[in-house]
Amino acid sequence: MDKQRKFDMPAETDIAWCPGCGNHMIRKSVLGALEALDVARENLVMVSGIGQAAKAPQYLNVNMFNGLHGRALPPAMGIRLSNRNLTVVVESGDGDMYGEGGNHFLHAIRRNYDVTIIVHNNMIYGLTKGQASPTSQRCMTTPVQTGGVLLEPFNPLAVAISLNAPFVARAFAGNVEQTQSIIMEAIRFKGCSIVDVFQPCVIFNKLNTYKWFKENTVDLPEDHDPTDRMAALNMAFKEDKLPLGVFYRNTGRELYEELAGVGDTPLFRREAPGDAAFSAMLDAFR
Amino acid sequence: MQPYPDDFSMVFEGAAGQGVQTITALLLPILKKNGYHFFSCTEYMSRIRGGSNTTEVRITGKKRQAYTARIDLLLALTAHAFDRLRHRLHDQTLIFAEKEHFGEHCDQRCIDTPLGKLADEAGGKMYANTVALGIVLAVIGIPLDKCTGFLREQFADKGEEIVENNLKAVSLGYNFGQQVPEAKNLKVPEPALENGSELLLMDGTSALGIGAVAAGCNFICSYPMSPGTGVLTFLAKRSADFGIVVDQAEDEIAAINAGLGASYAGARALVTTSGGGFDLMQEGFSLAGMIETPIVIHIGQRPGPATGLPTRMEQGDLALALHAGHGEFARAIYAPGTLDEAVETMQHAFNTAQQYQIPVVVLSDQYLLDAETTIAIDEIKRLPKERGIVETEENYRRYAFTENGLTPRGVPGFGAGIVRADSDEHDEQGLITESFEMRQRMMDKRLMRLAALQENALPPKVIGDLDNAEVVAVSWGSNRGVLEEALDRLGDSRFAGVHYAQVFPLRPDTAALLGNGRRNVAVIENNALGQFADLLQRESGIVASHRILKATGEPFSVEEIIEKLREVVNG
Repeated sequence: MDKQRKFDMPAETDIAWCPGCGNHMIRKSVLGALEALDVARENLVMVSGIGQAAKAPQYLNVNMFNGLHGRALPPAMGIRLSNRNLTVVVESGDGDMYGEGGNHFLHAIRRNYDVTIIVHNNMIYGLTKGQASPTSQRCMTTPVQTGGVLLEPFNPLAVAISLNAPFVARAFAGNVEQTQSIIMEAIRFKGCSIVDVFQPCVIFNKLNTYKWFKENTVDLPEDHDPTDRMAALNMAFKEDKLPLGVFYRNTGRELYEELAGVGDTPLFRREAPGDAAFSAMLDAFR
Repeated sequence: MQPYPDDFSMVFEGAAGQGVQTITALLLPILKKNGYHFFSCTEYMSRIRGGSNTTEVRITGKKRQAYTARIDLLLALTAHAFDRLRHRLHDQTLIFAEKEHFGEHCDQRCIDTPLGKLADEAGGKMYANTVALGIVLAVIGIPLDKCTGFLREQFADKGEEIVENNLKAVSLGYNFGQQVPEAKNLKVPEPALENGSELLLMDGTSALGIGAVAAGCNFICSYPMSPGTGVLTFLAKRSADFGIVVDQAEDEIAAINAGLGASYAGARALVTTSGGGFDLMQEGFSLAGMIETPIVIHIGQRPGPATGLPTRMEQGDLALALHAGHGEFARAIYAPGTLDEAVETMQHAFNTAQQYQIPVVVLSDQYLLDAETTIAIDEIKRLPKERGIVETEENYRRYAFTENGLTPRGVPGFGAGIVRADSDEHDEQGLITESFEMRQRMMDKRLMRLAALQENALPPKVIGDLDNAEVVAVSWGSNRGVLEEALDRLGDSRFAGVHYAQVFPLRPDTAALLGNGRRNVAVIENNALGQFADLLQRESGIVASHRILKATGEPFSVEEIIEKLREVVNG
């Protein structure tokens, strides 16, 4: 076994994921990325919603805000705007991020504060026992979608690129090395970075298995230019073989925390207004 | 002469977009500068143009903070005024209106007032409101030369021509007003002070905003919703001065969750909304209870259910605030009724949230938020602040068990410890658990603070001689002013009043204060069911003998409360 590293939980920690679940591999990639980047532990906050994927921060020895289902992004923003020294990484599932929290996903991209959003995308609802998720493929049958999924799947990459999310990538949990490298790049990137990670659910998703992902994914072409937004969008629309890698990168967007004039001093260190400033405010009512 | 010589009530009416609020915006500072006691409240329709909106301005012999139904002077710009306000007029009401617009409603009380013509003379229709101001100043009897300096300042940045036209307009109106013979019969209360230099003029929204600044609020995230939006705009306007982070959320769910994230990271966070918005926040409210994270939520109440009457007043969301959020956890609810109470309770709200690590609600309503009056500068108190944040050490446990259930609160990035917040049931470190024993201990921890919250609740304001009263009239929130005035005008030792600016929890001595069932208790509230009366019964065992309720969307008038209290003793 590896020696205890700074983000490792004690060995006796009970991890609530099923044996063989893709989450284990994503955890390995995230841990590897955090160790490799040597992020200061006291300044890292992992934020999540609810679901199996959203338990991820529970299994790292790190600051954590494990909030409500679908609501990982609003607290992530609150944390980031309150203390710019903090590195904020959100980790949640496809149902949490694209279903229940879809509106926050859109508006986090519009704001573009510095956050890394890692979405465990297994195309199924695992914790609630196998119903369709927003990314489930059409015609897959489930206990609720008994005649097959009727809805067009949500395309997170195309949505993100069309909103000009400045960093948009996709990885496959089965490829730990590539996933780790993309996550490292995403964390280093200043702005709203989105990493959608294909993750097999070995219990409930009998369609999108390890084998299926291996057969149906392919690396982005070597000549893909991630600064070309239309090319990125084209890649995001590809359905025959689903490309993996960094689709889009735009270093030209301003950070919300800069635009909103959030200062460098964390809010917890700021003193309440002094008497002179307070009196000046009151004088306006004279 | 009007019915009450120490009280002169004026109402200005106009369609949305006619700028009738200009009259009040100019008149109130003039009244303040000249040392008058006055109170102004406003009602308006949910539309941008048209309709019929009114503002009441009362000049009173002593400090009053309530709405009166009676109108002594009506200045009406639309014909709707008559139908909407006829029940509030009396035999001697002076009505200033243009015959052309008021038509059939013109009776002997009506003074044909050529606002349009005088405005044209001054430079155009846009000056009609300044003409109206001139009329009002003449009727009140404030010398025009005492106002010109102020008016010049007000219009200075619009250029010399506009300044001159406005001065001409006010003077034309003034001359017109001086020549109205009926106006000579009016008795407007004299100014109470030499000048108003130690007074501030503001509305309830500003008082809450000032309270938030005083409390060190440095984060607000909200989605606009009337009438709660004003607090957001107040803080946004001052965000650069006071280093307040302002975010307009995509929805109310985002607002409260962002507030909780900010608070977790050490911000002093506020969220403002109305009842419908708070409905959406309830899961976040429950989260605050679970993660023991301070947050203050201002709810500007308006009549529901659903969209209800968006621009009107009601006290219908007490039960909502009281029961909001699934599961069981501690909370506190404040409900200020005056400007000084608004400033103070907002600070109490932040302190209570920090000290007890809980969600705290401040309930207001449109009437309180929009009402304008003066407050002496020394009535604005800054309370000592609860900081409630500690530097963490290596093995910090966010939910470590303590004697009083409160764990010193660490924030990420301050100290060597790890700070975890978990909406799942959790252990002392903040990690998910399914242990029944841990669940029980954490529930006990979170609920242990209830007793301290109760002990330290704000004592209510006692009005009059409670010991010898037969009837205790109880108010909460914005009804303080109307209760105080009604009791004063009744001048009857059989009545006393108790006003609650904190409505939950109630102090342990509540039943004793209200007479342990030996007195009639009449609870006054702007809702249909008597939500505070229910709360009072549940918390103290005191059963309201009378419930004085109103849920039309309008505030209680002084006249109504006097009448209802008389009925209590007369059967």
